[in-house]
Amino acid sequence: MNYEFGLYVFMLAAFIGFELIRRVSPLLHTPLMSLTNAIASISVVGAILVSGEEHASTLSRVLGFIAVVAATTNLVSGFLITDRMLKMFRKREPNTK
Amino acid sequence: MSLLALLYILAAALFIMALKWMSSPATARRGVVSGEIGMLLAVVGTLMRHEVVSYEWIVGGLIVGAAIGVPLAILMPMTHVPQRTAISQACGALASALIGTAEYYRQYPKGFTMGALSLEILLGFLTFTASLMAFGKLNEMLPSRPITFKGQNYVNLLLLLVAVGIAISLIINPNQPMLFPIFVGIAMTFGVLLIIPIGGADMPTVIALLNSYAGLSASAMGFALDNKLLIIAGALDGSSGLILSIIMCRAMNRSFTNVLFGAFGQLQAAAVGGEVKPVRSASPEEAAQILESASSVVIIPGYGMAVAQAQHKIRELYDALTKKGVDVKFAVHPVAGRMPGHMNVLLAEADVPYDKLVEMDDINPEMGMTDVALIVGANDIVNPAAKNDPTSPIAGMPILDAYKARTVMIIKRGMAAGFAGIDNELYYAPNTLMLFGDAKSFVASLVKELAGGGH
Repeated sequence: MNYEFGLYVFMLAAFIGFELIRRVSPLLHTPLMSLTNAIASISVVGAILVSGEEHASTLSRVLGFIAVVAATTNLVSGFLITDRMLKMFRKREPNTK
Repeated sequence: MSLLALLYILAAALFIMALKWMSSPATARRGVVSGEIGMLLAVVGTLMRHEVVSYEWIVGGLIVGAAIGVPLAILMPMTHVPQRTAISQACGALASALIGTAEYYRQYPKGFTMGALSLEILLGFLTFTASLMAFGKLNEMLPSRPITFKGQNYVNLLLLLVAVGIAISLIINPNQPMLFPIFVGIAMTFGVLLIIPIGGADMPTVIALLNSYAGLSASAMGFALDNKLLIIAGALDGSSGLILSIIMCRAMNRSFTNVLFGAFGQLQAAAVGGEVKPVRSASPEEAAQILESASSVVIIPGYGMAVAQAQHKIRELYDALTKKGVDVKFAVHPVAGRMPGHMNVLLAEADVPYDKLVEMDDINPEMGMTDVALIVGANDIVNPAAKNDPTSPIAGMPILDAYKARTVMIIKRGMAAGFAGIDNELYYAPNTLMLFGDAKSFVASLVKELAGGGH
């Protein structure tokens, strides 16, 4: 039974997630949220599968296309802005007097 | 093992490493690169799958998505980060909901797959409309005060029950294409209803919770499509959002069930005493003198700082005071602002070194030895009533112990109450000085005084 295996994977990943996120300093909570948000745009994989299928119906193609656009928007802006934010976190003043 | 399986496993590992590296600011940027590579491998791997034969729509979608995403990330001012997160979350959730819809109409699956699909669609559409509502509230296109009506929780509960009922009916017999749009409609309505009773100050919890829902929706998609990478990435996002919202709940002393039922924002009705109590106020000159003669200053920022865009001026104040040998730190309450970590990002943007941004539990023991606590645009998070008055609506909420400082200075436009609508006894304390004015211009005049009066 494949679902059973899937549930194990889910459980283990959720535990890893809990343990890793607990260690993130509150300082970085905003970039953390935008990073995990970007990682959740993994749904782009599903979107590609739906819209790229050989015998897809028009409905599938249209829904798939919108999904690819939405997921890519989430993905691209999520990663870019996370990096933009993290670039700003500096330990010492940039121009040391 | 196929190349595809290898790529997916690598991608999953890279996502986990990305979160691990996020734990410290020193390695966090490496985490982003790791996440990006993981995503790239996942996309390339998927494009190479033999089921994928038609590329026009996909490539077109990727280009359009990137064309929207890049300006969204680069042009967005940092003060708008909560809004961007909300809109980005809406996009992710919409994608997952639409894929679920397409899958439903493609194969009308039964049993477990249909169950996973219903969960994906419910969470996806719900998060989509809820995130759009949150965006509207954060962007002040919608009123940010809570909108409540009688029996709200019962309506929500009823809707949820109907949705679950339809889902069960679809799992038993998927061939009910008429029922499906109703299911979608309920999910979208539910998302709207979930957000309207939520006030601005509760946004950090809600944004984090929606983040979690979006992740769970992606994970459910993984079950429906039998794709382990989706399950893992979704579970990571789901648990991250959940932890953040629990942290936010604790920081406001609210129970988690309270959040799940969306019943917040009912604090605002607290009665405010009518009598006028005397307050002491100070001019920028007086305040600057006190700051100058202090040896330690703690600055406490709140949402008001973000609204007034005062973070750059505050940085100048930090510079001026540091130059005069004053030890300046920033105390950041977990729920200050409109999303988790909001204040930290704004201060980092203004080039405040991050080792000066101190968490609540670390700064509170030092408050008693602090000469001046300077509060900029914060109210409830420093209200001692949370500790002293068990009948207060915010009773039990952990606060920054600003009242313990020798002198407390509060920059505020006027005497209006904060989000919770309750009076703040700190304003009337004998060691408090009210600095009336706009946060940005008041801090600017403080900086000018410090520069002018310098020796």
